[in-house]
Amino acid sequence: MSLELPGQDRPLTRNVREDRRPTDLGAYEANGGYQGLRSAMGKLSPADCLQILKDSNLRGRGGAGFPTGMKWSFVPMDDSPGHKYLICNADEMEPGTFKDRLLLECDPHQLIEGMILSAYTIQADVAYIFIRAEYHKAAQLLREAIAACKEKGYLGNNILGTDYSLEMHVHASAGRYICGEETALISSLEGKRANPRAKPPFPQVSGLWGRPTIVNNVETLCNVHHIIERGADWFQSLGLTDDAGTKMYGVSGRVKNPGCWELPMGTPVREIIEEYAGGMADGYQLRGFLPGGGSTDFLTTQHLDLAMDYDTIGKAGSRMGTGTMIILDDKTCPVGFVKNLMEFFARESCGFCTPCRDGLPWSAQVLDDIEGGRGLPEDMDTLARQVTYIGAMGNTHCALAPGAMEPLQSALKYFREDFERHLNGGGCPYCDGGTA
Amino acid sequence: MPVIKIDGVDYEVEAGKNLLEAALGLGLNLPYFCWHPAMGSIGACRQCAVVQYLDEESEQAGRGRIVMGCMTPVTDGAIFSLGGDKATQFREAIVESLMLNHPHDCPVCAEGGECHLQDMTVMVGHRDRHYRGRKNTHRNQYLGPLIHHEMNRCITCYRCTRYYRDYAGGTDLAAMAAHDHVYFGRHQEGILQSEFAGNLVEVCPTGVFTDKTLVHDYTRKWDLQSAPSVCTGCAVGCNTLAGERYGRLKRIHNRFNAEVNGYFLCDRGRFGAGFVNNEQRLEYPGLRQADGRFDALSHYHALQHLQQLCTGGKLAGIGSPRASLEANFLLRTLVGADNFAPGFADAEQPLVNTALALQQHTAAVTPDIRSIESADTVLILGEDVTNTAPRIALALRQSVRNKAYEMAAGLRLETWQDAAIRNLAQDQRSPLYIASVADTRLDDVAADRRSLAPQDIACLGQAVAGIIAGDAGATIAPELQQLAQEIGSALSGAQRPLIVSGTGCGSAAVMQAAASVADALCAGGKQAMLCLAVPEANSLGQALLCAADAPDLNQLQQRAASGEVDTLVVLENDLYRRGSQAQIDALLGAFKQVVVLDGMDNATTSAANLALPAASFVESEGTLVSLEGRAQRHFQVFLPAEERQPAWSWLLACLHDLERPEALALQHLDDITRACADAIPALAGITAAAPDHLFRNVGVKVPRQTHRYSGRTAMHADVSVHEPKQPADEESALAFTMEGLNRAQPGSLLPYVWSPGWNSNQSLHKFQAEVGGHLKGGTAGVRLLQPGSTGARPVATAEPFQAASGSWQLVPRQRIFGSDELSALSPGIAELVQPGFIELRAADAAALGVSEGDGVEVEVGDQLARLEVRINDTMAAGCAGFSSGHSGCGNLEALAQANLRRAQGWQRRTPQLIGSDAASGGAHD
Repeated sequence: MSLELPGQDRPLTRNVREDRRPTDLGAYEANGGYQGLRSAMGKLSPADCLQILKDSNLRGRGGAGFPTGMKWSFVPMDDSPGHKYLICNADEMEPGTFKDRLLLECDPHQLIEGMILSAYTIQADVAYIFIRAEYHKAAQLLREAIAACKEKGYLGNNILGTDYSLEMHVHASAGRYICGEETALISSLEGKRANPRAKPPFPQVSGLWGRPTIVNNVETLCNVHHIIERGADWFQSLGLTDDAGTKMYGVSGRVKNPGCWELPMGTPVREIIEEYAGGMADGYQLRGFLPGGGSTDFLTTQHLDLAMDYDTIGKAGSRMGTGTMIILDDKTCPVGFVKNLMEFFARESCGFCTPCRDGLPWSAQVLDDIEGGRGLPEDMDTLARQVTYIGAMGNTHCALAPGAMEPLQSALKYFREDFERHLNGGGCPYCDGGTA
Repeated sequence: MPVIKIDGVDYEVEAGKNLLEAALGLGLNLPYFCWHPAMGSIGACRQCAVVQYLDEESEQAGRGRIVMGCMTPVTDGAIFSLGGDKATQFREAIVESLMLNHPHDCPVCAEGGECHLQDMTVMVGHRDRHYRGRKNTHRNQYLGPLIHHEMNRCITCYRCTRYYRDYAGGTDLAAMAAHDHVYFGRHQEGILQSEFAGNLVEVCPTGVFTDKTLVHDYTRKWDLQSAPSVCTGCAVGCNTLAGERYGRLKRIHNRFNAEVNGYFLCDRGRFGAGFVNNEQRLEYPGLRQADGRFDALSHYHALQHLQQLCTGGKLAGIGSPRASLEANFLLRTLVGADNFAPGFADAEQPLVNTALALQQHTAAVTPDIRSIESADTVLILGEDVTNTAPRIALALRQSVRNKAYEMAAGLRLETWQDAAIRNLAQDQRSPLYIASVADTRLDDVAADRRSLAPQDIACLGQAVAGIIAGDAGATIAPELQQLAQEIGSALSGAQRPLIVSGTGCGSAAVMQAAASVADALCAGGKQAMLCLAVPEANSLGQALLCAADAPDLNQLQQRAASGEVDTLVVLENDLYRRGSQAQIDALLGAFKQVVVLDGMDNATTSAANLALPAASFVESEGTLVSLEGRAQRHFQVFLPAEERQPAWSWLLACLHDLERPEALALQHLDDITRACADAIPALAGITAAAPDHLFRNVGVKVPRQTHRYSGRTAMHADVSVHEPKQPADEESALAFTMEGLNRAQPGSLLPYVWSPGWNSNQSLHKFQAEVGGHLKGGTAGVRLLQPGSTGARPVATAEPFQAASGSWQLVPRQRIFGSDELSALSPGIAELVQPGFIELRAADAAALGVSEGDGVEVEVGDQLARLEVRINDTMAAGCAGFSSGHSGCGNLEALAQANLRRAQGWQRRTPQLIGSDAASGGAHD
């Protein structure tokens, strides 16, 4: 991982140090930290904050890109008794994605400040950081940061002397990919099986413990206090396209300089790969890339000049997802690549609905047969049927399985000849002295 | 009502339903697995996929999207396609996915032939397998003597855990692991702890959970001869389908009755009829010889002896609360009403009479099961419902969810959105208050439960009634005053308050208090409900049949001693369960002659001069009156073997032989039913319990055998290669053949559920007017009790209980497995019955110098019992609980004051392995 420091405004990573050591409360405050909180508390009403968020056009950074302000506006703001919850989804398990880790490990207070203001906006009184258990270093930093905030009066009762109170807890996940799905996360946090829930009702009205709940990604929440402090126009101005703000982009695979960078939203793909990731490693050619993690459709060399934002990548037939690309090079078997992902998703299925639970292992088995030289010509039809059967949203209980089918369906589109070579040649041409 | 369009046809459907319910209700076939009419939708299996179109334009263009029928509300103008290619291909793909790991073991699977997975596989048209991988396999678990586990067959529909945990409140069955390794079982092998575990057999859409007694004595559904029956395990009167083959009762399935048992039975009911096949059953009449041995008699000679005894003797009779009204009525006719004892224990008789009188003289409604489920505040006084009227307890467990439904309505969630509603409400429940002598199985959903002596329970109830009525009420301990206030205001604020009590703790005052609370609510303008549990299948019928001043056992003994009567006829009643050994010895000894009609070789038949083998409830017709005063008919499933005869048939033959004028016109069971209805005004309604034997369904009878019944010739080929003529049934509208029509008949005449393409019990919806609603032919049974005036009813009061030092008040502790006589003789349940024991608080045990597993001597007057000690710190202070109806406890009387002392020379039992545990070694049983 490497952090190039481009010259433009980069609010999310301004406290990220060259040596990656965490920014503590003192350093955070010295660099203007908690000023957003101080300036907002007591001066801006929750409705004011929400309006700023809406105007900023901040979209969820967890993958779906749903407008954050609109999501929050569904939280009932009447004075009915009972808790409301804010949950930070720090269960970063999307294959190829490591952007939240950087934010968590290097600048925990940024997240906490963002969460306090977010919780204030929806008038939540309890906040959880649901963090992937493997991120134990970050979890520890967060616990320490929360304790420090409590001492400073940023958390706890009557924050900064106002009548607003917030408790914040860190919860280490037991480690399933599906916990990153917001309703499965809520089930897991309640101590139940991490099964997603049917919507409606949406978590905004019936979430954790049946109470109004907002779940947002780490990167989304990290943006909030910057927006409140510096305004919607400033945030809008950061993006190069219609999508606002900066974005944590990442590249993994056979590039010279794999890593993660905060760049203006809408930075072209080519610029990310060639300038920041240093281009392909010597001896490798780019064949395609998954733009936003393991559950997004392949794009190929023809898409290199597209802007990396939600709408542009969506129109090209994929999703920006988490914004962290996985590169497919010309020496790697696309079938094996997809099979690897499919086995991951099959294993991470919660086992609730049939197409996902039984359909993904079936797809994985077919891919394994093709990759292992045991494929039959009709397997191509089977895979095509699986894509229609499992791939459509609504056919399954949640988005895991449709996401899992995205690499497969786009591989069938862009790399069909590779599948056919496997079927005709009796095995993988990339392995064991293959002729690719 | 919304109008929806399905495949081009407009249908009017009920608002608030989901599409799957609506489609099934319209008679359309839409496959499903995870949805269950009693448990709602979760959208797991994705089997009920249909295509929904945005508008007519998109319908014409074929641009629809797949939605799940069970998760889609019907809204006016919605357009669906069930038959379109997109949906049918998707549904076929779902079955193909489910079959990836499903074994091809249908020929050896107990579910085969009535398997919902088979039906759905055929329905979606799936045939060719494309998957070439290996199948996943699992280890099976030993789950106790009742349920067989075969995990490889699982299709992961989550119905089992949703039923077991969410619906029935069990904790020891769960979904474990993830992805395609999900496993449904216990954390380790062992007996399933829920009293309602047996419903897994019917809830599971395939062969994972099957009836172990059936598996070990197997017959396919299509080979069963079945008839509508009524469970005799307790007084709830659950409707059952009893199936027979080769003269053996093979299994009990649920028979849907929207008002009595819905879709579910308790395990006593499902597995407790195996006594019918018990080897202790009497086969021939027996006449006691001088040397004490019995000689077997023919039917003819037995009747001759019976006639002689009846002609010469001055007759008295003891009826039975577990025998039919008809048999009891004939015995009462034979011996005369004055000398006919209903057959209760002496202490029990006034209790049952009180339960009846309170229900006859209250403004409160006696609720059916739906009303119980609809209750929004419940008070249970003294009754351990799970062990005395289990199906009611399951309904009470649903009643606490009304709070959740209320919350759901606020978010416009429909009641079938099960997961969403549970997630919304979490642990918020409608209030359920329990005052009992010790812990109960509903404590986990109770807002409050107090352990109190029965006298204090009665005082608490009276205090609550006083608070509701706004007067002073009973004097009550200060620490209970606050509770009484809380209960009183909760009940007063409720829309549908329910008070539950019963005879279970042996106190009339407790039931009286329950009725007072209900009446106070009614006086305040509430439509309160009052549910009183009584012990046996026909306890209430027996109380209705006999006057409140009918003689009890003690009075009969006195009359025999005085020479008023000298010949006793006992009907289906083991008297040694109704009193102490000494009392019953004295009773029987006071008579010159004792005739016993019963099915089982028990202590009472052994004491008879003439013993006549009576047919069991599945070998005879009869009418039983349940605890809600519902008269229900059970029908002969198969003809009794050897010389067994229905008890009414023995008695009718005797009356005919005696040429008794009142019996001359009686030929059929229906005649007896009518005569009984004519003679007893309170029973006037019982003829309407079911159609009589002249009823024909569109001109034909209703068949007991399925249209695929096989082997009618081969079955008896070892005896004769000629197929015998099928026996004729002169007593009912059912036939012992395959011929006839099992469709659209009255609900009480439903012998099995089966519909083309629907071979499993899921075919039930084809027999319902709407999914989950009443049977098309009407609900079985007829209600006899009507709310009445509160005047002229008995008054039983209690003074606060004073714990005495050095002695304990005995309180009965009821057990679902063991407290009932006949079910305890059924093989699976017999394994679960524990020998009687006594429950003591730890401090009491310490004072006696005993600990768990030690023995104590229980002394009441001149009776002495030796019982094992169990520590239970939830026992009410000053009370000791004994296992009611168990061996060793039989002579103990409720509410007696007993002296306890450490038993000398007590042999502690070593931890005992249950038979099938040891035999099978656990897995793969």
